[in-house]
Amino acid sequence: MKPEPIFGMMAEFDTATDIVAAAERTTEAGYKKVDAYSPFPIEELAEAIGFHKNGVPLITLIGGILGMCGGFMLQWWINTISYPVNIGGRPPNSWPAFIPVTFEMTILFAGLSAVFGMLVLNGLPMPYHPVFNVPRFAEVTRDKFFLVIFSSDPRYDTVKTRAFLESLGAKSISEVPS
Amino acid sequence: MVRPTEVEEGEDKAPVLLPGHTFASITDKISGLVLKRPLHLGWVAGFFVSFMVMQGVLFGATYLFVKGVGIWGVNIPIGWGFAIVNFVWWIGIGHAGTLISAILLLLRQSWRNSINRFAEAMTLFAVAQAGVFPLLHLGRPWVFYWLFPYPNTMGYWPNFRSPLVWDVFAVSTYFTISLVFWFIGLIPDLASLRDRTDNRFIRFTYGMLAMGWRGSARHWARYETAYLLLAGLATPLVLSVHTVVSFDFAIGIVPGWHTTIFPPYFVAGAIYSGFAMVLVLAIPIRKFYNVKDFITDRHLENSAMVMLATGLIVAYGYGMEAFMNWYGGNPYENYLRWTRLHGPYAPWYLGLLFVNIILPQILWIRRIRTNPVWLFLISMDVLVGMWLERFIIVVVSLTRDFTNSAWGMYYPTRWDWAVLMGTLGMFCALMFLFVRLLPMISIFELDTLLPEAEVKHK
Repeated sequence: MKPEPIFGMMAEFDTATDIVAAAERTTEAGYKKVDAYSPFPIEELAEAIGFHKNGVPLITLIGGILGMCGGFMLQWWINTISYPVNIGGRPPNSWPAFIPVTFEMTILFAGLSAVFGMLVLNGLPMPYHPVFNVPRFAEVTRDKFFLVIFSSDPRYDTVKTRAFLESLGAKSISEVPS
Repeated sequence: MVRPTEVEEGEDKAPVLLPGHTFASITDKISGLVLKRPLHLGWVAGFFVSFMVMQGVLFGATYLFVKGVGIWGVNIPIGWGFAIVNFVWWIGIGHAGTLISAILLLLRQSWRNSINRFAEAMTLFAVAQAGVFPLLHLGRPWVFYWLFPYPNTMGYWPNFRSPLVWDVFAVSTYFTISLVFWFIGLIPDLASLRDRTDNRFIRFTYGMLAMGWRGSARHWARYETAYLLLAGLATPLVLSVHTVVSFDFAIGIVPGWHTTIFPPYFVAGAIYSGFAMVLVLAIPIRKFYNVKDFITDRHLENSAMVMLATGLIVAYGYGMEAFMNWYGGNPYENYLRWTRLHGPYAPWYLGLLFVNIILPQILWIRRIRTNPVWLFLISMDVLVGMWLERFIIVVVSLTRDFTNSAWGMYYPTRWDWAVLMGTLGMFCALMFLFVRLLPMISIFELDTLLPEAEVKHK
């Protein structure tokens, strides 16, 4: 039997300030494959692990533009090509009357793009993840903060990484089996 | 997230969150309401009664499928009756939830963090009730999907110049966006519930719903962006929904409907009735679930002030409506103003003015605004008032239009009442299930209200 491969090393912190400081020092020390976990959003934490830009706004914008064009084109095509009906002498392409539906379609597509874009980029749903193997990690949704250095990082070393995390003042350190 | 330090704290105001809480205590308390709290007789009784009242919809709808819309009091000239009154009323109630969750988020009002979750649930459930009415009113409800544009063998398409088709798009978009907004907000809290229980079934259920949320900083960053963008999208959306609903009237030429003041006046009325419903729900919830430390007197007072402000906008709407009827010089419009005050529905109109405009003015008194019992009563009064307003708008205009050979009266039948009461029951039953099964207050957003959530730079 092969020994269980190791996913990474996990360190636990008590406060938001501590985890941000620790994450900053970890990236300064040259670790690249790092993630941090918290019970609520901390803007500085994403910055500290070097995550500056996310793709959600662009996806939302594209979704909104597609919804707007699609919504308007559908009404235009129906009223001028597929099913032109003369209602009180109005022109077939009476575009001011198409604005409300175009607007709603813009919002619908932009909103769904934001939600599903966020889920897909986050890789969710993902019911199983190695970090859940650490029993203490259940506290991440309560009041504890965790920093994980992945074993795929070139600088990862079982002994040195543990010593480094200890130097950051971690409350507890554990290896994450994958 | 909105942090309290970014908001000016009024010195004599109650705090948004009572002191003494930590991240752990907030999480334990709110998740405990779902996981640890035993089944109370009060909950069972409340749910049972609501569920029984809900049968009004089921019986009413079944009988309607058998007999047709004729079981309702609608007939020419009053083709719109209760169905449209109730539809507009319920949709309006939903608006406060979106206002709290989206608009107050953009305005950085941190007090919203403890009431947004159940206000959003209220929105969803209210819009679901609203949807019942136009569907049953269709005449042939089983072909409701004809409302949507889809390629069909009949070779027809919906008429996109009709405000009724705009309504279909506005309301279905509103429901969809409200649903995803609410669900996205729930994900981190569902993960919290997953991690707080030892029961395998409960853990599996919440775990699946939480989709494996693990609070990664990267995930939070994208999550926050998506949440903010959704708020930015929901803000114009919520304003557009009641605007489109008001177009159902304003685009028509019936006296009393054909006015440009309708969109803003409908939106203000929607928020007015919605905040009344928020208070009607919040006051018993904070008492029976003992969450006065999260939903403080501050929340009640702020909601009361929003009610007072939107109530005044509604009052302005009434005044301007009557003024323009007279000033516009159109005899039919002017007659409508007269008939509202002196016609067969005059008691209802005068009652509306009293209930919806005059009585809520006691909210100017601070002692009333901070007294839960008074607030509850005033909120009920506003809900009734806003329902009456919709009744006056829909019915009075239809009973008295251009030629007196087309005049008539409207008498709702017992089936009209059964469906209205049934939707109230369904709404309450859904709220009972919600407070029992899901975290009714947003845990992670409350966490951000604590000073410890702030990162201190050395």
